[in-house]
Amino acid sequence: MRIEIPELAVVALVGVSGSGKSTFANKYFKPTEVLSSDYFRALVSDDENNQLVTAQAFDALYYIAQKRLELGNLAVIDATNVQKEARANLLKLAKQQDCHAVAIVLNVPENICKERNEARTDRNFSGKVIYRQGEQLRRSIKRLQKEGFRYVYVLKSEDDIANVEIIRKPLWNNKKDVTGAFDIIGDIHGCYDELCALLEKLGYVNGVHPDGRRVVFLGDLCDRGTKNVEVLRLVMDMVQAGNAYCVAGNHDAKLFKKLKGSNVTLTHGLDITVEQVYNQSEEFINETKKFLDGLVSHYVFDSGKLVVSHAGIIEKYQGRASGRVRDFCLYGDTTGETDEYGLPVRLPWANDYRGRATVVYGHTPCPDVQIVNNTFCIDTGCVFGGKLTALRYPEKNIMQVDALAQYCVPAKPIALSINDDMLNIDDVLGQKYLNTALRKSIKINSENSAAALEIMSRFAADPHWLIYLPPTMSPCETGKLAHYLEYPSEAFDYYKNKGIAKVICQQKHMGSRGVIVLCKDRETAEKRFKINDGSFGIIYTRTGRQFFDDAKKETALLVHLQNLLYASGFWDAFSTDWLCLDCEIMPWSAKAQKLLEEQYAPVGCAGKHGISAAIDAISKSMEQLGENALLSELQERYQGRADAISRYTTAYRGYCWDVKHLDDYKIAPFHIMATEGNTWFGESHAWHMETIAKYMTDSIFIATSNLIVDLHDANSITTGIKWWEELTTFGSEGMVVKPYDFIAKKGMELLQPAMKCRGKEYLRIIYGAEYAYGENLERLKKRSLTKKRSMALSEFALGVESLERFVRNEPLYRVHECVFGVLAMESEPVDPRL
Amino acid sequence: MLLTITYTGENASDLGYLLFKNPNRPQTFELNHGKAYVFYPEISAERTTAALLLDINPIDLARGKEGATSGGLFEYVNDRPYVSSSFMSTAISRVYGTAMTGRADAHQALSDSPLELSATITMMPCRGEQGKLNSVFEPLGYDVKYETFVSDENFPQWGESKYVNLTISGKVRLRDLLKHIYVLIPVFDRHKHYWVGADEVDKLLRIGEDWLPNHPERTYITGRYLNRRKSLVSIAFERLTETDTTSSDILSETEEKEAVKNLNTQRLNSVIATLKNCGAKKIIDLGCGEGRLIKQLVKDRQFTQITGVDVSHVALKRANERLKLERASESMLERVNLFQGSLTYKDARFNGFDAACVIEVIEHLDIPRLVAFERMLFEFAKPPVVVLTTPNREYNTNYANLHEDDVRHSDHRFEWTRAEFQNWANKTADKFGYKVKFSDIGEASEIHGAPTQMGVFTLCV
Repeated sequence: MRIEIPELAVVALVGVSGSGKSTFANKYFKPTEVLSSDYFRALVSDDENNQLVTAQAFDALYYIAQKRLELGNLAVIDATNVQKEARANLLKLAKQQDCHAVAIVLNVPENICKERNEARTDRNFSGKVIYRQGEQLRRSIKRLQKEGFRYVYVLKSEDDIANVEIIRKPLWNNKKDVTGAFDIIGDIHGCYDELCALLEKLGYVNGVHPDGRRVVFLGDLCDRGTKNVEVLRLVMDMVQAGNAYCVAGNHDAKLFKKLKGSNVTLTHGLDITVEQVYNQSEEFINETKKFLDGLVSHYVFDSGKLVVSHAGIIEKYQGRASGRVRDFCLYGDTTGETDEYGLPVRLPWANDYRGRATVVYGHTPCPDVQIVNNTFCIDTGCVFGGKLTALRYPEKNIMQVDALAQYCVPAKPIALSINDDMLNIDDVLGQKYLNTALRKSIKINSENSAAALEIMSRFAADPHWLIYLPPTMSPCETGKLAHYLEYPSEAFDYYKNKGIAKVICQQKHMGSRGVIVLCKDRETAEKRFKINDGSFGIIYTRTGRQFFDDAKKETALLVHLQNLLYASGFWDAFSTDWLCLDCEIMPWSAKAQKLLEEQYAPVGCAGKHGISAAIDAISKSMEQLGENALLSELQERYQGRADAISRYTTAYRGYCWDVKHLDDYKIAPFHIMATEGNTWFGESHAWHMETIAKYMTDSIFIATSNLIVDLHDANSITTGIKWWEELTTFGSEGMVVKPYDFIAKKGMELLQPAMKCRGKEYLRIIYGAEYAYGENLERLKKRSLTKKRSMALSEFALGVESLERFVRNEPLYRVHECVFGVLAMESEPVDPRL
Repeated sequence: MLLTITYTGENASDLGYLLFKNPNRPQTFELNHGKAYVFYPEISAERTTAALLLDINPIDLARGKEGATSGGLFEYVNDRPYVSSSFMSTAISRVYGTAMTGRADAHQALSDSPLELSATITMMPCRGEQGKLNSVFEPLGYDVKYETFVSDENFPQWGESKYVNLTISGKVRLRDLLKHIYVLIPVFDRHKHYWVGADEVDKLLRIGEDWLPNHPERTYITGRYLNRRKSLVSIAFERLTETDTTSSDILSETEEKEAVKNLNTQRLNSVIATLKNCGAKKIIDLGCGEGRLIKQLVKDRQFTQITGVDVSHVALKRANERLKLERASESMLERVNLFQGSLTYKDARFNGFDAACVIEVIEHLDIPRLVAFERMLFEFAKPPVVVLTTPNREYNTNYANLHEDDVRHSDHRFEWTRAEFQNWANKTADKFGYKVKFSDIGEASEIHGAPTQMGVFTLCV
């Protein structure tokens, strides 16, 4: 016997104790698909025959079944299921999970069941029990279909049971193996001429595309417009020929009802369609009836990456089949209420959409295509005098033709609904795994998310601006050379060992990290970033906080940069109206004033005066006592300390100057992160340096000195080391060594995108004035970089990903989760001096 | 860093006997965080000076001692190795411990008599008013001199450093001089390298036995020595004042805070009265902080569901402790719960309450973030009633210590006048279908209004 079951369903095995359900289940289903009540009895009570724990066992069983169905997996329920109440629970479960219920009845003669039970030593069911179950079963069989089981199979004999073939059928909506390309067309409503024009524009000739593209019609083919029959004819032919798919719209469903003879009111333009259709041949009417009857509620295409339906669909309903799924697909998210125009209230389900699949739908006429959270509403109200729209997939380009006329006046004005992207707490809170192109499944711990939530909520700028947070950077391996904690050869060795031939060394500026997002004008800020407070750019810190407390300073710098970019022709050269830059902003003292006044300067002051007093006392004592070993040693030691503290003061002073005018700021951009339609990770660092030097350098914006080092050339390496020594001798913080390419890999392994190598003097600001003194350095050399390196990679991957997503016009929450992820990782305690 | 003690008088080099340190033999002492040295920069019959030099290892401070498993308590860039701080006090008791007891064996008579002594404490951090140096040391019989330093002479605009080279001189017993220095260095510095626990009270009272109870600055000294740990200060006070008459001076110090406390109470009372009046049963407190409001709500049976939300998990932890939720009964836990949430993210957990309280919270948000806050609360959570309070900026002129344009709390991103608040509230109410009524909290002045303003939003049905 052939038993066809949907690929996703609740399968209830029905039969008395001893009818062979478990044997049947084991034979035809995977062990993990089968949920046996006896097994669950054992799980909760250690005894699979314990009838006292039936309630608890079924609780657990239903819970597991629910999880399986949520994940899209079949659930086979191996229990007697002879009682209506027991089956009702399974039907309820199927309904909740929007899938079908199947009953397979094992109607084995009672005497056989009795014998089997008697043969078992662990179970002592009396004959009475079997008899009672048999009674219940016989009464049940006739009712199953009516109870709600979509498919019912009754196996009447041992023979039947032994010769079963189970066929798992995909659901009607499952077209996952069809990848496209598609041209998805919104509500037509009888606008035949516009449809033809659009198909022509898309490149279809007589309903066929030379590249094999196929059309997906989103339903609502008829009503209100003038050429309903023509539209029906064309769509039916294309679907028939395999050149198109079509899903059901609410108007199509109503037309079908009418054609089937039900009593429907002929409103909302149905009257025109009905009149036109009834003028056609009987054959056409029947064909139409059959076509409409066969329309499914939605399709899932391209491995689940694309879902289409007439009125949209939430993630939970995708690939499911139930009455409510169909209603959602046809009518949208309705509450039963009507608005002041008498039209049903439709909830903005797309605002909360977080699904992976792109959803394309129509139904609600809008002035233009509405893109919200990876959903596209492409009903642009052609019949109301708007446009007929096609969305090309996978390109996601939009093609439109204008309506030739306004065929119908809308009951309520077609208004732009807000492109809503309010962030949801579930987007960020709790443990997350983020997938990025560069690193798979980056884990964000819930305690880190919790910490980041506080920073993000209390201190960060509007998330619309935060399209990128810079990653942390690891220092090079601890230097093997005496007297040095960090030395360039360690960074060179790292990259050489990873198979990199060429690196770029960039001077490391000592200021504060700043990200600049700048728009050409306010309109761009509004349109591209959805910033409506009149600002056109922002400068923010590595934790997403506004860099300047003084908004006037920020605006002045942004205007300055704006003008610079106009003057240098940047906007045109990059055909963009916005830009994201990664920079270092100097002087350090501008941002670190408090730190300097409360920590750095006092240490220098105390050190200087404290040590000189000590030397004074030691010298006087030496005058008193003459030659003394301890005092001589002390004198030398304290003179060394005096030298260290004076070098320390010199080191921090180099990074401090007063900012009286705008020109006193120095900003060194070092990466052009992104512009409209592009990220610039594909370009080498040399390109970034050159482009920055070409388009954005003046009195405030400065270029960064850099040097390319060939790692296979000993001379080149020596030059690199010398370059660093010179830089650091003349007060520079040090340098950053980067692989020549922005993104560097060794096979599958992502390499450190940058490595800092800080100068001997600068490190006094980090590890204290006397870090290099005596035995101190040897102790400091014991440091572990593993965690820092791993964080640097994850944060780099997240930063690249967030910009890629933003450039691809992905929804705010998709960008935000990456940015939030960087902030969360940064809350992890790692030695801040690394 | 350095402490020098000078004795001027007949046979001044006898100082060596009193200190138990031979003037002709420099010595080294091992300390917990480094070393100490004692040597004599001046030795003569008229004038002898002993120097105690501290050598604190900066890496030990930051990393913990060599071989230690856990890290140190301090940053690498740290003034501790160069100043005279609590480390100096510890060194004094370690190196001059015997001298502090006053025992001097053959020279007991000298030890027992007041001598012409002076002490210079190099680079002593003096947090707060330097005038206190006089009012603290002078009553003990010293002449006080001190030298100050600019933080960085290249950047005079950064101001004076907090360090002084302090010299005190007077006719005192050596043991008293040492005790005074021992106690008073940490009083002026306030950063201690050890945990201030109950045993510090004993130590303070023991060492200060002879001079602290009648010192006019005893409140100041006790409070600062014990790092202002309230309970410890009051223990010390009780014991100090056993013989004294009153502890009124500790009260006067807290008087200024009384007004703030009153305002908090009045605010909570107003909020609770509003909630009771509107018959709300299920309450959500957005930005509940440490749970002050919740604690009051719990007492009232009208409130059947009380939920507290805060973005700070530290605050939530404190609220949890305050409400003793760890050991609460199941029925209490059904009624009261706390979770972390944000005011700028849409959150389904905020739905279904009769009233939301947003008490002294919005002023902690940057103005551009208010848009998200408004939508989260009024569009999505949509409670029938919202009770919202915020400071009234106009009232600030009544606070003596606030200058123009100052805000009451360093984290306040803005403080609104009554007009500004009402304008925002009316617009917001309009936009989301609410009505709003305003009232004052706290004592109102005719011109400037009350310190706190409250808006009660009601959803129009």
